[in-house]
Parts: sequence; C-alpha cells; structure tokens
Amino acid sequence: MKDIADLLRHHPFAEGLDEETLALIAGCAKNVVLQPGDYLHREGAAADSFYLVRHGAVALETFVPGRGAFTFLTVKSGEILGADWLIPPYRSSFDARVVELTRAISFDGKCLRGKCEADPRVGYEMMKRFIPPLVKRLQSARMQALGMYDAANA
Amino acid sequence: MPPTLKACTPPPYPMAPSMTPVTRFIRESAEVFTFDLAPERATPFTPGQFNMLYAFGVGEIPISISGAADAPDRLTHTIRAVGPVSAALGRLKAGDQVGLRGPFGVGWPVEEAKGFDVLLIGGGIGLAPLRPAIYWLLRHRAAYGRVGVLYGARTPDDLIFVSELEEWRKTPDFQLRVAVERAGPEWTGDVGYVTPLLSKLRYDPADAIAMICGPEVMIRATALALEDAGIADSRIFVSMERNMKCAIGHCGHCQFGPLFICKDGPVHRYDRVRDLLAYREL
Repeated sequence: MKDIADLLRHHPFAEGLDEETLALIAGCAKNVVLQPGDYLHREGAAADSFYLVRHGAVALETFVPGRGAFTFLTVKSGEILGADWLIPPYRSSFDARVVELTRAISFDGKCLRGKCEADPRVGYEMMKRFIPPLVKRLQSARMQALGMYDAANA
Repeated sequence: MPPTLKACTPPPYPMAPSMTPVTRFIRESAEVFTFDLAPERATPFTPGQFNMLYAFGVGEIPISISGAADAPDRLTHTIRAVGPVSAALGRLKAGDQVGLRGPFGVGWPVEEAKGFDVLLIGGGIGLAPLRPAIYWLLRHRAAYGRVGVLYGARTPDDLIFVSELEEWRKTPDFQLRVAVERAGPEWTGDVGYVTPLLSKLRYDPADAIAMICGPEVMIRATALALEDAGIADSRIFVSMERNMKCAIGHCGHCQFGPLFICKDGPVHRYDRVRDLLAYREL
C-alpha cells in the first residue's frame, strides 16, 4: 500500500521536490476520496486546507441569488485546488463541488504554513509551486472576463 | 522543412454572384445557424476556404465553409448573427436564395499535415471553419498521427454542432476537449479558458501541426501556449478575419500589412503574421 509520500511523489506538484522536503510536507497531508456532490468547502468558510487532485474533477462555483450556482473553473487530475489557505484571513472565496469520483491529497493549511514559517526554503519551494498555476489561472480568468468568444464572427 | 500553404485558384467569374437556393436550415444556438446551399455546379473547395454570401438588398459578407469538402454539391455555412447581413441570412428558410461567390482564399494545410499529430483549436464560432478540416482528418484518419480538438465557448447553450461533438467524443483515436467559460451545475465538463486544456491532449510537440480559429485575442494566446508547449511557430496555422469585400485582393479592404487576408489567407502560417498581430493599427 502506498503511503502519503508515495502518492505525493507521483503528483506533478511534487516534481523536483527533494525527499527531505517531500517527507516534511507529507506530514501535513492525508489521502481523501470524494464522492460526486461532496463539497470540499463553501464560500465564506474557513480555508484551512488545499488539495492536490490525483484523479477526478471538482467544480469551483459561486452562487448568484436568483440564478443559482455558476461554475467558473473545473479543477482536474494533476492540478491544485485552493489558495485561500495562503492569505489571511484564510477564508474560502468560492464553493468547491465534486463533479466525479475524486481522489486527492488534502493538506492541512495551518500545518503547512507553520513549516513554511519555520523553514523559508520550504516556503520558497511552496511558492514556486503555487505561483505558476495561480498566474495561469489569473491569465485565463482575464480572458474569460473579456468574453472574447463574443468577438468571433468567422 | 516547415509546411507551406498552397494558393487556391479563384473561381472563373469571381465577382459574379450566382443565385443559389438554401436547401436546409438548422438553428445551432440562439445566435448561430447553419444552412446548406445547392450550387448550380459542384464547387470543390479546400477546408478553411470561404464564400461571399449576399443577402439580397442588405449586403454581402465572407463566411467560411463549414461542411465536408468531399460533398462539393452542397455548401454548408455556419453563421453567427451579429450584424445586418448575418441577421438577414438568419431569416432565410429552405427554398430562399442567396447570392454566392467563391470559394476563395487559402485553406488549412490538411495535405501538408499528413504524418503529423494534428491539433485543432476553435473558439466560439471559430469551430465552424475548422469543421471541414475535422471531417477531412476523420475521413483520412490513417494518414495522420494523433488528432486532438479543443473547443471553447461562452456557455453550454452557446455550443455549436452539439450532436457531432458527442459523436466525436466517442470516436476512437480522436481526442476532444470542450471548455465553456461559465456553466450551471448540470454541466459536468470543463469550465475555464480553452488554452490550459492543451496540457490534457496527447501529442508530440516536435511532430505536431496546430490549426487555430477564433477571435484574434484567442489566436494570440493560443499560439503562444502552443509555442510554450514546444510546437514550432512555422507549424502553427491561424485563420484570420478582416473586412473582406472583393475576396480576390483587388479592393484592399482586408489588407493586413503586406498581406491580403482574402487571397493570402484567411489561413496563414503563424510565423508570417505573428509580428503583424502585434500592430494595433492593422
């Protein structure tokens, strides 16, 4: 049976991470299996964890009164879910609803923040892994906000 | 050796529209419709080429052919109603007539892509000009490596060719990913911008050709993402839009730097237009 460090080692997030750091952060992680319809967190709730999706899909949603929930991003295999645990006041800014059976590695945000504070090298490794996907999502969100498909008239 | 695009021969009387009946009309979404035209004589075309369609009394616009190139007795066009001419075309029904000129321009390099992995990326109505290339690849599947299609739209309700998307999704040895910008909870597919889905396709960047059609902002972002993934800029092809009028490079309306989109395009090799795309004045 694989332990959590083994699972972590096979996720793109851990690519290039040395064994010592991997073992250190694995201490904050656990393996989770999520069913369709489960919510990882709700908008406004405490953001005390983040997830590395191993297999499956999770919809990130926001609720619009009178219109219902809107999905603005799906997070799938190999991707990171959740960044609000990094930023005070550590509050979730969206709902995260499981769309299909999902296996993920769940991290205790407070635990990991503590390890990053204690060892800036670990913090820097985490930053290197969080910033690229966050910047890419920001770029994508900008494109989505432009409603650019409206401009197409081929 | 990077593939080159071949110029196509314009029709013999390029400025004379022929009265052509609509034989079938399909509503794809609230704003998008498809109709078939039955030209007087078989009209061979290359995937990616366009026709000029004249709505009598309103005006004429360039519309890419969205049907199969192996059925030249039927010309299919998919149009989004955004202006007076496209809106007038959207009011047609089977039996009505339009003025038809074409086909014009340079199409997708489907012959040159043989032996390569092929990626096709369409945004919004941009899937329509890619559809003839998709049909071509499916019909000559053994001649190509891995084939992947990415399609982005605003919402699930804005998707076009929905039944075909389902068919393609089930087609063996054919990768399809569809992403919408926003969706309700009933949608279980991808939500987000289309470009990040490139990482979900299987292909060899050193041996791949990509074809992109969509709004220019999407073309720029997608071409950069393809380059970042390792595909040479000379193997990326983009279909561009400008204000086309004569369709044979005489009037100058669609001039794009040294190029005329109507006769040198609409499909261009990206390395030849990349710098031009950076000029806001063009």
